[in-house]
Amino acid sequence: MLEFLENIIPSSTIALVVFALFPLVLILVYALFAIWAERKIAGFIQDRLGPMRTGGFHGWAQTIADMLKLIQKEDIIPKDASSFLFKLAPFMIFTASYAAFAVIPFSSGYIGSNINIGAFYLLAITSFLTISIIMASWASNNKWSLVGGMRTAAQMVSYEVPTIVTVLSVLIVASSMNLMTITEMQTGNDIMGFLPNWFIFQNPFLIVAFALFFISMLAESHRVPFDLPESESELVAGYQTEYSGMRWGMFMLAEYADMLLLSLLGATLFFGGWNSPFGTFMSGPVWGFGWFMLKGMLLVFVMMWIRWTLPRYRVDQLMHICWSILIPLSFVNFVLVALWEMIF
Amino acid sequence: MTHQISANVQETREMTINMGPQHPSTHGVLRLEVVLNGEVVSRVHPHIGYLHRCFEKHAEAMDDYSKVIPYTDRIDYVSAMNQEHGYVIAVEKLLQLEVPERVEYVRVILAELQRIASHLLGIGTFGLDLGAFTPFLYCFIEREKILTIFEKISGARLLYNYICVGGLMRDVPDSFKPETADFVKTFRPKIKELNDLLSYNKIFIDRTANIGILPAEVALNYAASGPMLRGSGVSWDLRKNDPYSIYDRFEFDIPVGSGEVGTVGDCWDRYMVRVREMEQSLVIIEQALEQMPDEGNVMEAVPKRIRMKEGEVYVRTETPRGELGYYIISDKSPSPFRVKVRAPSFVNLSILPAISRGALLSDLVAIVGSIDIVLGEVDR
Repeated sequence: MLEFLENIIPSSTIALVVFALFPLVLILVYALFAIWAERKIAGFIQDRLGPMRTGGFHGWAQTIADMLKLIQKEDIIPKDASSFLFKLAPFMIFTASYAAFAVIPFSSGYIGSNINIGAFYLLAITSFLTISIIMASWASNNKWSLVGGMRTAAQMVSYEVPTIVTVLSVLIVASSMNLMTITEMQTGNDIMGFLPNWFIFQNPFLIVAFALFFISMLAESHRVPFDLPESESELVAGYQTEYSGMRWGMFMLAEYADMLLLSLLGATLFFGGWNSPFGTFMSGPVWGFGWFMLKGMLLVFVMMWIRWTLPRYRVDQLMHICWSILIPLSFVNFVLVALWEMIF
Repeated sequence: MTHQISANVQETREMTINMGPQHPSTHGVLRLEVVLNGEVVSRVHPHIGYLHRCFEKHAEAMDDYSKVIPYTDRIDYVSAMNQEHGYVIAVEKLLQLEVPERVEYVRVILAELQRIASHLLGIGTFGLDLGAFTPFLYCFIEREKILTIFEKISGARLLYNYICVGGLMRDVPDSFKPETADFVKTFRPKIKELNDLLSYNKIFIDRTANIGILPAEVALNYAASGPMLRGSGVSWDLRKNDPYSIYDRFEFDIPVGSGEVGTVGDCWDRYMVRVREMEQSLVIIEQALEQMPDEGNVMEAVPKRIRMKEGEVYVRTETPRGELGYYIISDKSPSPFRVKVRAPSFVNLSILPAISRGALLSDLVAIVGSIDIVLGEVDR
């Protein structure tokens, strides 16, 4: 895609910037859509309509209106807050999410940076989210924020372990860390004659790995039932308590970007990334992008569905689930995946 | 999945934190001064009075006993019918007034409908406190149907001013009986739906079982009442144990906490008592609709002017939150000499410090939710 851009744009620097901005545009458009979709899905689940007025058809412009409102709001910084860190945190959290999109293979024709340690880079860069949240909570100088921030630190550090172990089980099957190579390995429809060569169908233990990955993913992106960092009814809004206006909007954006990022990672690792489920039918760079987003959005939808159905776990139960259930299970499963690969 | 949380593994400094009066889950303007050790609650001190509106003093200033009724609505604004009912019974007892049969039946039906509406709100917000958003709206859909019935008979949706001394403000419309019967029919399956979605949800049970255990003797010592007391396994319901109005004519059970998923008297038991009470209210409504006389002037016994004799009376009724007592002293003048309210929420809230010691911050939210306080009633 970069060559194509360099062909139509005379300056190669500008072409590079356009190339790099693609995920940002994607995140913004997706966030506008996902926030609206979440409201409509919530409305559907709860037997009501959701936004109906702004923009005409089913309130499609509601998120845009909300964003305009957030931009216009006064920028409030608490008197005793650490001003520099307080201002920096929302941008840092978003930067971390955005940077992680660099290694996601959106289609066979587009990947930001085709590095050979893509999966490693992605997991490493998402750790920045934890730091940014602690930064936000500490800088706010608010006890509720602090409790929320400490919970986040504990939660995200703990749930990184099962996430990484489940990702590792895919990596040993693929014997590569390059996400593009991993996707290319899943091309074709050879399993039982019709099933696509996606990793989830290749190895029965990878189904278990996906289940574990999905649970850890919910916790990593702090969604219900693991949304303790901002658990509204207990901690007011957790680390976001003191934020308002567009700074708060950045947290919201980062949360949705994070959801998409982890869903796309799940789609890449387990569901064949940009591969079409019908072999060569409807495949190609543009179709591939569509398939990839569809798979990602389906996972995002499941996350929303869970959010509007379940209550929230308590902080010690959350830790219990991670350390006594998910981590041992994911390690055992890792060994089983490896054994299956060795034998077959 | 119960874990022992030892608070003193490490010596940390305790943190005092203010929960409320502006907080999403203190159910109004309750302020809790919480001393935390990490996330473990060492002490809780409720501060009340943010919604104090001088009900008792206002009542003394009214120049007619009937004029107090709108104020009683505002004591507990989510179960206004029950509040009116209690006050009106007290005044009628002081006047030694007999009310027509039809009026009694309508009052009982309204009180039970209001009990369901109030419990729906209590259950919904309890779920909301634990992060379950959807059951809250399901409850509101059902509550809306009850409010529609109330709106048709009284014109108001929240504060009705409908039950008056000696009768009712106006007769119920013809549609009242079929609509109420229809509601009873459609509501039963919804309770099952609620049980599937929330009551027996694994996460919900994990969050509420064995949390905030209130032993029966502690509950009795603190004079708890309503679902709070029944959740601890004590079968005490004024509708049965000290029947007022015409409650002695109906067959119904008193649900008590049994420790089905945890210990007797935990948050889940208190919650489940409310769910089961809604079923029993439906049973009462069904019987009342059957026995209710179709004809009768509801204004028959309404006095033109209330001429009170000297005297005093204490009447207690069972509201959704427990035992509501009205103590009225009359000195022959048109205005009451004294109206004292024994508010169940106020008494139930006083147990909070005793049962939340050693709980986590999240449990504290669950415990406050399971007490189901209405701050209007706590502060009056």
